[in-house]
Amino acid sequence: MSAEEKSMTIIVTKGSLDWAYPPFILATTAAAMGLSVTMFFTFYGLPLLLKKLDLQLTAAGNPAMKMPMMGGHMGLPNILTAIPGIDAACTKMMKNLMNKKGVASIEDLRELAVEAEVRLIACQMTMDLFEYTLDDMIEGPELGGAATYIESATKSDINLFI
Amino acid sequence: MADHTLDVKGLNCPMPILKARKALKDVPADGTLEILATDPGSVADFEAFCRQTGNELIEHSEDDGVYRLLIKHTA
Repeated sequence: MSAEEKSMTIIVTKGSLDWAYPPFILATTAAAMGLSVTMFFTFYGLPLLLKKLDLQLTAAGNPAMKMPMMGGHMGLPNILTAIPGIDAACTKMMKNLMNKKGVASIEDLRELAVEAEVRLIACQMTMDLFEYTLDDMIEGPELGGAATYIESATKSDINLFI
Repeated sequence: MADHTLDVKGLNCPMPILKARKALKDVPADGTLEILATDPGSVADFEAFCRQTGNELIEHSEDDGVYRLLIKHTA
């Protein structure tokens, strides 16, 4: 790393379809802009490193989620979010919308992050907690804990928690 | 004429930037990369990208929803 090279770390704590976007968009863009990037995957963010992703979305407890529909924007009242199949329907709708609007998939962005040599750290404690091993994960992540992250964050120009 | 042209029409943030970064690798030093994009945020984003990476945004224009940006590979 050159003395002038900037760096960024991101703590990735959430693994739903919508929450997966900000960390991967920012990591890949920062890498493209010449920053050295570290992503620390912990708790519900950890499954974003699994080989096969099947990211889902829920409208429950999310009054801000309003989809463009019939010329307006429609949300889902909380009481309806418990209907069986509604999350799958919302997920499908969101994925269709993203596809239509030229938004890349998380799989693609993750591949670009690996390609750009973003450092991926899988939280060891979360691995133990949810019973995952590195064999469940894509090629690339290393194992580490809070101290590994803090060391990286201490030297970094930008530190984000998402 | 630009040395290379990159068509990212229809792609949304951050793909135009990521593809431009890759495309610049094939552009010789002081050569130019022409980018065609439909993302309305692309002008502001490429200005920031160039400031950060030390490349030069020579010109940009818009015609019927298509943004044309010309970047000189100086970094």
